[in-house]
Amino acid sequence: MSFPWANQYQPKAPFMRWLDEKLPLPRLVYNSVGAGYPVPRNLNYAWNFGVLAGFALVLQIVTGIVLAMHYAANAGVAFDSVEHIMRDVNWGWALRYAHANGASFFFVVIYLHIFRGFFYSSYKAPREMVWLLGVVIFLLLMATAFMGYVLPWGQMSFWGAKVITGLFGAIPLVGEPLQVWLLGGFAPDNAALNRFFSLHYLLPFVIAGAVILHIWALHIPGSSNPTGVEVKSESDTVPFHPYYTAKDGFGLGVALILYTIMVFFLPNYLGHPDNYIPANPMATPAHIVPEWYFWPFYAILRAFTADFILDAKLWGVLAMFASILVWFFLPWLDRSPVRSGHYRPLFRKFFWVLVVDMAVLFYCGGAPAEEPYVMASQLATAYYFLHFLVILPIVSMVERPEPLPYSITEAVLGSDHQAALGENATPAN
Amino acid sequence: MIRLIGIIVGLAFTFVVLLAFIFGASNVIGQGYLVEKTAETEFHEHPKHLDLQSNGPFGTFDLQQLQRGFQVYTEVCAACHALKHVAFRDLAQLGYNEAEVKAIAAAVQVPGIDPNTGEATTRPGTPTDYIVGPYPNDIAAAAANGGKIPPDLSLMTKARHDGAAYVYSLLTGYSDVPPALTKQFPEFEVPTGGYFNRYFASLAIGMPPPLTDDQVTYADGTKATADQMAKDVSAFLVWAAEPNLAKRHQTGWAVVGFLLFATILAWFAKQQVWAAVKPKHEKA
Repeated sequence: MSFPWANQYQPKAPFMRWLDEKLPLPRLVYNSVGAGYPVPRNLNYAWNFGVLAGFALVLQIVTGIVLAMHYAANAGVAFDSVEHIMRDVNWGWALRYAHANGASFFFVVIYLHIFRGFFYSSYKAPREMVWLLGVVIFLLLMATAFMGYVLPWGQMSFWGAKVITGLFGAIPLVGEPLQVWLLGGFAPDNAALNRFFSLHYLLPFVIAGAVILHIWALHIPGSSNPTGVEVKSESDTVPFHPYYTAKDGFGLGVALILYTIMVFFLPNYLGHPDNYIPANPMATPAHIVPEWYFWPFYAILRAFTADFILDAKLWGVLAMFASILVWFFLPWLDRSPVRSGHYRPLFRKFFWVLVVDMAVLFYCGGAPAEEPYVMASQLATAYYFLHFLVILPIVSMVERPEPLPYSITEAVLGSDHQAALGENATPAN
Repeated sequence: MIRLIGIIVGLAFTFVVLLAFIFGASNVIGQGYLVEKTAETEFHEHPKHLDLQSNGPFGTFDLQQLQRGFQVYTEVCAACHALKHVAFRDLAQLGYNEAEVKAIAAAVQVPGIDPNTGEATTRPGTPTDYIVGPYPNDIAAAAANGGKIPPDLSLMTKARHDGAAYVYSLLTGYSDVPPALTKQFPEFEVPTGGYFNRYFASLAIGMPPPLTDDQVTYADGTKATADQMAKDVSAFLVWAAEPNLAKRHQTGWAVVGFLLFATILAWFAKQQVWAAVKPKHEKA
């Protein structure tokens, strides 16, 4: 579906006409990310991150496939095969640093994409399905990244795998057998490494499939925009190409500059030194920490230190999973009819508290499990759950939103010709 | 309904985590400190600053220094530590010519197989051999060193926080136990076979102080103080861990430069595309 004023694909070259009759693939591209997709004219740079995430996915798949040609998923040689890539494969060091930092790039843009969604309530009707698919993509991404970090088979790979699969051991009754089944043994070893490699290769393509659904679902209502007012007329939109291809092209350039600075000048900054020590089941690292993008959730996991009916560890596991699963319910927890945070004074304040709260969780998740970090993460965890499950529903009931512009055109130009004529009038042209 | 369930679930998690907070806080108040002070928390020091030519975004290798560092590795460190990810052929990058690399390799005996009998033996190394350590296996390495295997040094400067500075500090950080430490923690004791080192996490390291002044004689005439040797071998280990570092920096500048140019072009392209639909008062 699209707006009635969307440009129609008209192939000019004979070959393209021929192809369009047999397989309208160019038409699909034209209608998805070309001139055939009308987009609100007022999108700011916060709307850049979806395209950047798509770019990151392609980058990771391309670099990952080439790396897989040189990597050996065997506990005996995995670590050395990574060093072989770093030293003996032509430009292998560039590939590996591009892939490792590419994961961080992916998470940076995904988090910004998600927080864009929080602020502008992108999850609200009619885009619930876009949001739900987005959360699925995020979960798949976390699983893929986790398994990818295990592959170099360094100390953090091994102990990270042990801690994370250990979470399943907290489940009552079936926990321990489940953990052994998942790992193919009592501790991470060759069986685990091999299946993680297999899944790490598979899941990106599952993500690609989910991304296609995500974009498909988006194209039914069309993109949201910073006012949260839906598109009313043609003057509210511009074609995706060339307007947003040009704008996203600039955004991509800026993102790539930051990314390549990391790849070429600080390639190990976001990693952990211990992962350059080969996996050793007999030596536990002083502080086991996951990669930075898991820190907020790791902080939530570790915040539950007291038994209450259930085991503390089980509370931690439940809370960690719940902290992401709660996003699935956002469209129904936040019932305010106004989407954009710009017009919601009370919601806006709590949004920024959430940002600070996530920053505290992030910091505590990367810090050692000692005071005062544990206490700070406990308070931050409490706010996290209160924010989504208690504050959001109540705010959306009691808040008095500020007046909205009549249309996107009015928000941009200061007046809308259509507004003066009335909603159902047909414009003269 | 969904919001009601949500509020109940949210309050449940909040209650349990605040309960844990109260336990934690009362514990802290009860004991009167956040983190218990130990000899390690009070006397373990962060690495000293180390200036190397490989530091920073323009960093390259000082080949003279790398050769000196390699000499220190061969004459001192190699007695216990391997460098198994580095092959003799890689040493050409330090400025040695082919004949020199062959000579360096041939001076080392590596495990081999007798071509006539198939028995395990040793043979002179060739440039394709890797720089293996002196021990035939981990058990032998541990047995000869009080139960601890001397770690491989190939990745040492990437496997520790502040890599090269850490190696340099550790090599020059041996001393007697400071009186202030003994005064504050009378029960602290360096275990038998250990040496006090304020840059080592547990303050007691198994490695004896390896460097003394004039232990090696540098071919380029540089005075071989312990400090100089520690610097040189740290610089060498930076290369061993990341032989492509200089090329990486060089490539990085080209890539970032290209992207800057492309991004500026993209900005002007975007401005031009949007000029037609920009509102008049917001002239860009």
